[in-house]
Amino acid sequence: MSTPVLKLVAQRIAMGVLLLLAVSVLIFVGTQILPGDVAQSILGQSATPQALENLRRDMGLNDPAYIRYFRWLGGILTGNLGTALSSGQDIATSLKDRLWNTLFLASAAAVVSVPLAIGLGLLAVRYRNGPVDKIISGLGLASTSLPEFFTGYLLIYFVAVQLQWFPSVSTVYEGMPFGERLSAIALPVTVLTLVVLAHMMRMTRAAILNVMQSAYIETAELKGLTPLQIITRHAFPNAIAPIVNVVMLNLAFLIVGVVVVEVIFVYPGMGQYLVDHVAKRDVPVVQACGLVFAAVYISLNIVADIVAIVSNPRLRHPK
Amino acid sequence: MSNELDYLSRRVALGKLSRRDFLGRAAALGVTTVFANSLLSSAALAEGPVKGGTLKAGMQGGASTDSLDPATWQSQVPYKFGRQWGEQLVEIQPDGKLNPKLATEWGSSDDAKVWTFKIRKGVQFHDGKEMTPDDVVATMERHSDANSKSGALGVMGGIESVKKDGDTVIFTLKEANADLPFLMDDYHLMIQPGGGKDKPTAGIGTGPYKVVTDEPGVRHIGTKFPNYWDGDKRGHAEQIEIIVINDATARTAALQSGQVHMINRVEPKIVDLVKRVPGVTIQNVAGKGHYVFIAHCNTAPFDNMDLRLALKYAMNREEMVKTILRGYGSVGNDTPINKAYPLFSDDIEQRKYDPDKAAFHYKKSGHDGAVLLRTSDVAFPGAIDAAQLYQQSAAKAGITIEVKREPGDGYWSQVWNKQPFSESYWGGRPTQDQMFSTAYYSKADWNDTRFFNEKFDKLLLQARGELDEAKRKAMYRDMNVIVRDEGGVIVPMFNDFIDATSKKVGGWVPDGNQEMSGGYALSRCWLIA
Repeated sequence: MSTPVLKLVAQRIAMGVLLLLAVSVLIFVGTQILPGDVAQSILGQSATPQALENLRRDMGLNDPAYIRYFRWLGGILTGNLGTALSSGQDIATSLKDRLWNTLFLASAAAVVSVPLAIGLGLLAVRYRNGPVDKIISGLGLASTSLPEFFTGYLLIYFVAVQLQWFPSVSTVYEGMPFGERLSAIALPVTVLTLVVLAHMMRMTRAAILNVMQSAYIETAELKGLTPLQIITRHAFPNAIAPIVNVVMLNLAFLIVGVVVVEVIFVYPGMGQYLVDHVAKRDVPVVQACGLVFAAVYISLNIVADIVAIVSNPRLRHPK
Repeated sequence: MSNELDYLSRRVALGKLSRRDFLGRAAALGVTTVFANSLLSSAALAEGPVKGGTLKAGMQGGASTDSLDPATWQSQVPYKFGRQWGEQLVEIQPDGKLNPKLATEWGSSDDAKVWTFKIRKGVQFHDGKEMTPDDVVATMERHSDANSKSGALGVMGGIESVKKDGDTVIFTLKEANADLPFLMDDYHLMIQPGGGKDKPTAGIGTGPYKVVTDEPGVRHIGTKFPNYWDGDKRGHAEQIEIIVINDATARTAALQSGQVHMINRVEPKIVDLVKRVPGVTIQNVAGKGHYVFIAHCNTAPFDNMDLRLALKYAMNREEMVKTILRGYGSVGNDTPINKAYPLFSDDIEQRKYDPDKAAFHYKKSGHDGAVLLRTSDVAFPGAIDAAQLYQQSAAKAGITIEVKREPGDGYWSQVWNKQPFSESYWGGRPTQDQMFSTAYYSKADWNDTRFFNEKFDKLLLQARGELDEAKRKAMYRDMNVIVRDEGGVIVPMFNDFIDATSKKVGGWVPDGNQEMSGGYALSRCWLIA
C-alpha cells in the first residue's frame, strides 16, 4: 500500500484515539452531574442514615473529581476497570460476558441483514421504479417505521405463544449449545433485521443510482453488458464508500442501541447491564459501558473511513 | 378435557371452588355428573407432591447489580432466590403464626427483654459443615454491626447483645420486645457459615436448594440439596430456576408459551385478560402491602389537623380499589394495619368518602389555594392515575389538588420522605409493632409522615413489652385509632399480591406474607407430571 494511504489511515486512527480520550472526559463529567447519590441509590428506600454514611465513606466519594478521573483513566489503561459498587464484582469480568453476548446478537443480525439489505438494494436498482422496487422499498420502510417493541410483541404473540416455533425468552448462557443459542436469538435477530434493513437498503439503492448517472455506465451499457452485470461490476464497486458508511452506522446501532429489544426478549446484553447500573448510580460500571460503546462507535467509523480511502483509486494510485 | 373443565377441577383441588359449584358448572358445560366426579378425583390425585423436574419462575425485580450477600437484598429476585437456599431461625406461616425453622423453640424472660432460642441440631450447610449456634451468633453480629450495610440494621438496632450458651443463643435487648421472634424471620437474617463474615457472597446456606448458577439480572439456578434437614416438606423439584423478566408483557408471554411455570406481579390492568388464557391460574392473595398518600404532620400547611382530615375525607377509597386495583385489593382505613395482621381489631369505624365533611374540615382549616401533591410512576403501579382520581374526588369537596409528576429516577432519594405531600407504598411488616416502629414511631428513620405523637409512642413501647395478648390487642386498637384520626397518612387501599401459575404447577399455598406464596413458591410447589 502506498504512503499517502498509510498516512491517511494512521491519521484516522490517531484521531480516533484522541476522540476516545475526549469522550472519556465527557463521560466522567456526565456521570458526575447525575442527580442523586450512589450510596442512596444502592440502599434504596430502606436505607438507614447509618448504613448510608458507612457506604459513602467506603466508596471514597469525598475525593475531588479530577483525582477520581485520573485514577479511573489509569486503571483503564492498565486493563483494570475496577469493581462494581453495587455488587462488588469485577467489572471487566462481568462486562466481558455481556459484551460478548451483545456482539453475538449484533453479528447474527448483521449476517442476516447486511447481505439481505444490499441484495435487495441491488434488486431495487435493477428494477428501479417498477413494482419490485416499490414493493421492496414499501415493505422496508414499513418495517423500519414500526417501533421495535411493537414488532417484538407481535413476533412473541404469533411465533412464540401461538406457533411455539421459537422461545420468547432469549436468555443465553455460557456452555449453551450453539444450535439452542441460535434458536434462542431467532426472534430478537428478526426484530433487529427489520429495524435496520430499510436504511441500508435505501442507501445502497441511492448510492448505486447516483453512480448509474455516470458516463462510464453508459459506456458499459453501450458495450452490451446486462443490467445486473453493470450494477455488480461497475456501479457497486464505485458506490462502496457510502454503502459501507451506512452499514457501519447500522452495525453500531446493533451494538449500542438495542436496549429495548434486550428488555423485551430478556437478552443478557450490554444495554440492560448499563440501564441496571444507571438506575443504581453505579458510576464505575456506567463509565466503563459508556467507554466501550464509544470505542465501538469510533472504531466502526474508522473502519468505514479506511474502507472509503482504500476503495478510492485516486488515493490508492496518486499521481 | 376442555380447558374450562380442566381449569375448574384445578380450582377445586386448590380449594378455591366447592365440589358442589364444580358439578353445577360442569353440568352447565353439558357434562354428566359421573364424568365430572371422575375428573375431580383425577385432579385431586394429581395434587400429591411430585418429585423431580425443573421448576421455573419468571420474575420481575432482578438486576445485574444484585448480589448473593443477604445483607444487600432489596428487590424481589435475590430475596426470593434466597428463601430457597437459605433459612432463618423462624418462619412466618400463611396464618401469621411462627413455625420453628433453624431454631426449634424459643422463650423469653418475664419482662420480654431476654430471649432464648434453642438451635436445631443436625442441620448441614451446603458445604457439608454442620450449622452451630456460633454461626447464628456470627450472623447476628454481622447484621447488627454499625459498620455493616445490612438492610436488617434497623431490625437489629434494639438488640444489646447476642451470645451462645450451649446449644442455645441468647438475645439481650435494650428494651422489651414481645415480637422479637417475628423479627428473626427477616430475609436478611439467613444463617450463613461463620455468619458470612469472611465470604458474604458465597451463597451457602441450609435451604432445600443449593446455588449452582448465579447470573445477576439474568437467571439463578438451584439444585436440590440431598442432605436437607426438613426432607420431604420442601424442595420437590430436582432443580429450580428464576429467570429475570422485568417486562410485564414478556413475563406473561413466557408463562403462556410454557417457558416458565409461574410468574410474579401480574398487573391489575391485565389480570382479567390473563385469566382467560387456557391453562393459566391467577393466584391472588390479600396481603399487608398498601399504597399511601403521605403528608408531613409538622410542615405547613399539613401541620393543620383539619386540613389532614379534609384530605382524608376527600379520598374515594372504593373507587381507587375498583379503578387502580381492578378489585384486586381492599379499602384502607388511614392506618397501615389491616386484617392480615395478628392482633387486629376489626371494630374500628371505616372512613368513607364524604365530600361534605371534607369541605367542612377544609373550611375550618382556613387553608387557601391549591395543595401540591408529588407523584411518580414508581410510587406504586397506577400512582399517576390514582393522583388524578384523587384530584377529581377532592375537587367535589372544593379542594384543589395540584399534581406534580416527578421523574422516577431519584424519586426515593429526592421526593419520598423529603417533600411534604407525596405518594408511596409500603410492603407491610410481619407484626403491627414492626410496621409502627418502622414508619410511625417519632424516632424512626422512615417516619415519612413526620408523626410525633407522645401518646402513640408511649403505647408503642408499652405494647412491645406486654406479653398479655388481650391487653396488647387493646393497645394496638388505640394506636390505630390515633394514626387514623391524627396521623399524616392516607391509606386508600391494600393491594393483593397477584401471581400466576401454569397448569403444570401443583401445591401452591396462598400466603399473604409476600408475593410468590410468601416467597416459598419454588420450594413449596411441584411439577405435575
